[in-house]
Amino acid sequence: MSATSPISESPWQAAMRRLRSNQLAVGGGVFIVLLNILCWSAPLLSPYTQSQQDLALQASVPNAAHWMGTDALGRDIATRVLYGGRMSLLVGLAATGVALIIGVAYGGISGWIGGRTDAFLMRFVDVLYAFPFIVFVILLNVAVGEVVKHWLATQSWLTVEQANRWRGQAELLILFAAIGAVEWLTMARVVRAQVLALRNQEFITAARAYGARTPRLLLRHVLPNVIGPVIIYASLTVPGVMLLEATLSFLGLGIQPPSASWGTLIADGAREIESSPWMLIFPGTFFSLTLLALNFLGDGLRDALDPKSK
Amino acid sequence: MFRFITSRILQGIAVILAVLVITFALLKLSPSSPFNNERNVSADVRAAQNAYYGLDKPWPVQLWRHVSGFATFHFPPSYKLKGRNVGEIIAQAFPVSVSIGLPALLIALALGVPMGAMAALKPNTLEDRAATIVSTLGICMPSLVLGPLLALLFGLKLRWFNVSGWFDETDWVLPALTLGLIYSAYIARLTRGGLRETLAQEFIRTARAKGAGETAVVFRHAMKLACLPLLNFLGPAAAGLLTGSFVVENVFQIPGLGQHFVSSATNGDHPLAMGTAAFYALLIVAFNLLVDIVQAQLNPRIGLKT
Repeated sequence: MSATSPISESPWQAAMRRLRSNQLAVGGGVFIVLLNILCWSAPLLSPYTQSQQDLALQASVPNAAHWMGTDALGRDIATRVLYGGRMSLLVGLAATGVALIIGVAYGGISGWIGGRTDAFLMRFVDVLYAFPFIVFVILLNVAVGEVVKHWLATQSWLTVEQANRWRGQAELLILFAAIGAVEWLTMARVVRAQVLALRNQEFITAARAYGARTPRLLLRHVLPNVIGPVIIYASLTVPGVMLLEATLSFLGLGIQPPSASWGTLIADGAREIESSPWMLIFPGTFFSLTLLALNFLGDGLRDALDPKSK
Repeated sequence: MFRFITSRILQGIAVILAVLVITFALLKLSPSSPFNNERNVSADVRAAQNAYYGLDKPWPVQLWRHVSGFATFHFPPSYKLKGRNVGEIIAQAFPVSVSIGLPALLIALALGVPMGAMAALKPNTLEDRAATIVSTLGICMPSLVLGPLLALLFGLKLRWFNVSGWFDETDWVLPALTLGLIYSAYIARLTRGGLRETLAQEFIRTARAKGAGETAVVFRHAMKLACLPLLNFLGPAAAGLLTGSFVVENVFQIPGLGQHFVSSATNGDHPLAMGTAAFYALLIVAFNLLVDIVQAQLNPRIGLKT
């Protein structure tokens, strides 16, 4: 803490000041912002589209026309990395959001109420935990996908193109929901354990003795003590979510061609690792750098929001 | 303690039953029959097949058939791997997954815990930075990338190990190394986070004020609380590692249990999907019970909640 810090600043202002002084976190944040700009303006930046083939240059090493080389079908890898980045960033953000909301609400309620409710809620988490996540995601994807496909096929007011476009969007939403529905469990356990340990501490009893009601206790006393672990775990969840997307895409169950994500590009590259390692190395580097930046940002947020841990 | 364990075992059985029921329900949601995609056969062959596997019965009867089969260890035959029952398939694949998962877990703990502890004990030093960067790199390196890269380096270039397959004594090394390196990163992070948070608490200051040495502060006072997040992570992580990782089994072509989870769910092999899900559930229940007991021993504030 520097000597020049103003006397009257709110905890959030103090957190922002601490965050700004953390070079790695600022670097991570800047990288993520630049990456988003780069990926979302891909159509302006690249002379190619993501499915455009250059059949004279199939599986070529990086060169002047194709900075990151081409894949086995002669498609420009740089362009595909940018378009795939959109998909990966979108899945990472949306599915983590789903997991965060469910996990914090569920774990908080369970830990705070305690007793039989807690036991019941946590047994339900145990049941879901006890599912191998890959089976859960696949079954959820297949079952919900079939139901939605059937429903769209029976809607006579939709044209065929509309139904197809809606189906593509529905598949993406189902993927977010399926990944979120798997990844919230650990968040719920972390929050619940923290709330349970806090609930019996003296300062909560003291606040209650002063007449604080439940909403005030939760917002003023429990939430500030839970937010640190939540951010730490959320920063662990984003790579987890992106990894799950990559795993599913590797199995052909996640992002479907002609769309691409870093997951599908890495999977394509892994199959050609012996003959064309650049097909793995470029999307892999982008993927790893993004996760690195997200981790630095998460660490910075933790140190900024939870100065006790310094 | 005895009551706690008995009640948790009964709950565990309920959990496994619930997993069987949910898996069955999700499988039945899919409108297509498990045998539809096999080659065209006459209607009476199909009917005989359905009758043999009980698919012509109403679904509660089918569910009861499966559940009572698993409960009495009369394992149902697989729909797709003909001539083998679910128990045989799991008994054959599980040891393969264990011989990769167990070394992976040991590698992860041996690397992760010292790395995280070192970073937490010397905050903002070169050691902290180095350990943090190494563990962050580990988290950023998915097994999809790390596996092929290790195969390229140690298999194709150095030729120390086979790139894929399950033939030689040393074939467990590369898959176990891939998984161990990745899990060690998570373990280092959780150890560092837990230890740093604990060291900032009042009772540590009290222990120091009473004149406890640094070793006693860390090992007798701080470690007990600091390893709680790590323990919560280790339960499911151990179960996941022991039942096999699909990606690593796919990259290195290992005949472990992981492949059966995916193939049975995608190709509609209902008995195998239910069997593998229930087996995984069994391991999860056992490890969670273990974690809860250890956790209650370490932090009496949490206690043994049945």
